[in-house]
Amino acid sequence: MTLTITDLKVSIGGKDILRGVDLSLQEGRVHGLAGESGSGKTMTGLAVLGLLPHGARVTGSVALGGRELLTLPHKELNRVRGGEVAMVFQDPATSLHPMLTIGRQLTEHMRHHLGVGKGEARARAVELLGKVRIPGAQEAYGRYPHQFSGGMRQRIAIAIALACSPKVLIADEPTTALDVTVQAGVLRLLRGLCDELGLAVLLVTHDLGVMSAVADEVSVMKDGLVVETGPRGRVLREPAHAYTRSLLDSLPDSSTDEGVR
Amino acid sequence: MSLLTVDDLVVEHRSPGRPVVRAVAGASLEVNAGEVVGLVGESGCGKSTLARAVCGLNSVTEGRIAFDGEPVTPLGLRRRKLTGIQMVFQDPYASLNPRRRVGDQIADGLRTSGDTVTKPADLLERVGLPRDFAGRHPHEFSGGQRQRIAIARALAARPRLLIGDEPISALDASAQSQVATLMRDLAVDSGAGLLFISHDLSIVRLIADRIAVMYLGRIVETGATAEVWANPRHPYTQALLGAIPKPDGLGVLPAELPGDVPDPADPPQGCRFNPRCPHVMDVCRVKDPDFGPVACWLHEPSRAHTP
Repeated sequence: MTLTITDLKVSIGGKDILRGVDLSLQEGRVHGLAGESGSGKTMTGLAVLGLLPHGARVTGSVALGGRELLTLPHKELNRVRGGEVAMVFQDPATSLHPMLTIGRQLTEHMRHHLGVGKGEARARAVELLGKVRIPGAQEAYGRYPHQFSGGMRQRIAIAIALACSPKVLIADEPTTALDVTVQAGVLRLLRGLCDELGLAVLLVTHDLGVMSAVADEVSVMKDGLVVETGPRGRVLREPAHAYTRSLLDSLPDSSTDEGVR
Repeated sequence: MSLLTVDDLVVEHRSPGRPVVRAVAGASLEVNAGEVVGLVGESGCGKSTLARAVCGLNSVTEGRIAFDGEPVTPLGLRRRKLTGIQMVFQDPYASLNPRRRVGDQIADGLRTSGDTVTKPADLLERVGLPRDFAGRHPHEFSGGQRQRIAIARALAARPRLLIGDEPISALDASAQSQVATLMRDLAVDSGAGLLFISHDLSIVRLIADRIAVMYLGRIVETGATAEVWANPRHPYTQALLGAIPKPDGLGVLPAELPGDVPDPADPPQGCRFNPRCPHVMDVCRVKDPDFGPVACWLHEPSRAHTP
């Protein structure tokens, strides 16, 4: 078990955001987290990295291979963040620094966490850019985020997250801002990296299609609680909880699935 | 006559030290009153440039854009006569003035249309926000609320053509379909046409009457949304629709389109899709299919007799 979340409770300003979340991520597996916005999917991801907003009260446990992350001193937590646990955010326009070249943003944490030299970091960055299918990786290295389209920026953000070969990747709606063709590539990439490097992925998404394509396990959240967890095939085909069923029924494709394509 | 006619439009981006980029390379499109046209395509295919050109925000290199039969002139500093086209931009965090009350910003639109009866609060109500929000500033709202305000501001000018340039992509996933449906309802109710640009095919399917698929500066297929969805004819449209993952729980990874989008500064010879097309023929590498509604040699009008 790479990452285990037990009875995680978060409250902000007296309002309960998470009311006891249990999740476990295993290496080489993609764990999908579904639910409407406001159900606490994103907060779960942020809590793992200690990125909750100010004034948030957290109880419960987040254990990374036996180490408790919630009580870890700041300095040690910084070693975990970006190194062992990486995150990809939904909106690449705000998650990338507008005034630094993407090469700088790709290599900075790599040099910090892995202690590699400038040239080596650069070579790896270019390789990563190629891996996430940025055309002309060599030239792209020296460009700034505003010179890329939204889809490309997200691919860069994914490359940045993967740069330090993390054990756990938390992806918060990583493909929502992408084109479907790019999404297909990114999902394949995520799946491939997960299988190849034994990455444990927590995939937060509202898109049950994306969930169905890559997740091994699926958890469904509602109002700060996980209402259903199980293997992908069972949760999406024979949902046990009424809420999961209502999510599936609300899809435009649910009745005409065969007619498409 | 259609409300908006874009005829063989070419828009070039020039920047010093870089080759000229043909962002839109001969695109033709029509939008009728009361009709919702969805313009889809990958990022970088020129959809936004096309929309900006229609608004007069990008200058036209070749071709024509006519609104109600009148050519659209570039937007300058002088007072504009053509207020029948209004646009809702992608990022509501950037498109609203942070220092002015949202009511005042909506009032700008009302002044433009010479409307002295409607209050900004009435428009807020139409987009589903409380009336007393008019006195607040943009930072007090969430992304979805801001985009509703931006829509209210665009509607205040009583447009006959509303353009949404990826109006939902900056929003939280669950707010996306709400805002998209709202735009459709408001545009159709007021009898205006709506050109809705999005890379999100499932949203476009939900709200558009007609769909236009764009690839590398060209419109490659147009048709009724249901028809295109059920029977996509252009190989690119097929690839695009095939890439949407289905929530069937089978764990099937969506099909990936091989290759990259070519550099628009150096498009391939012949059909622009030929290096990535699974059905590529000899003619595709030589001659550009410059016909519609399906710009593909497999669907040449003289051979296939399709309307």
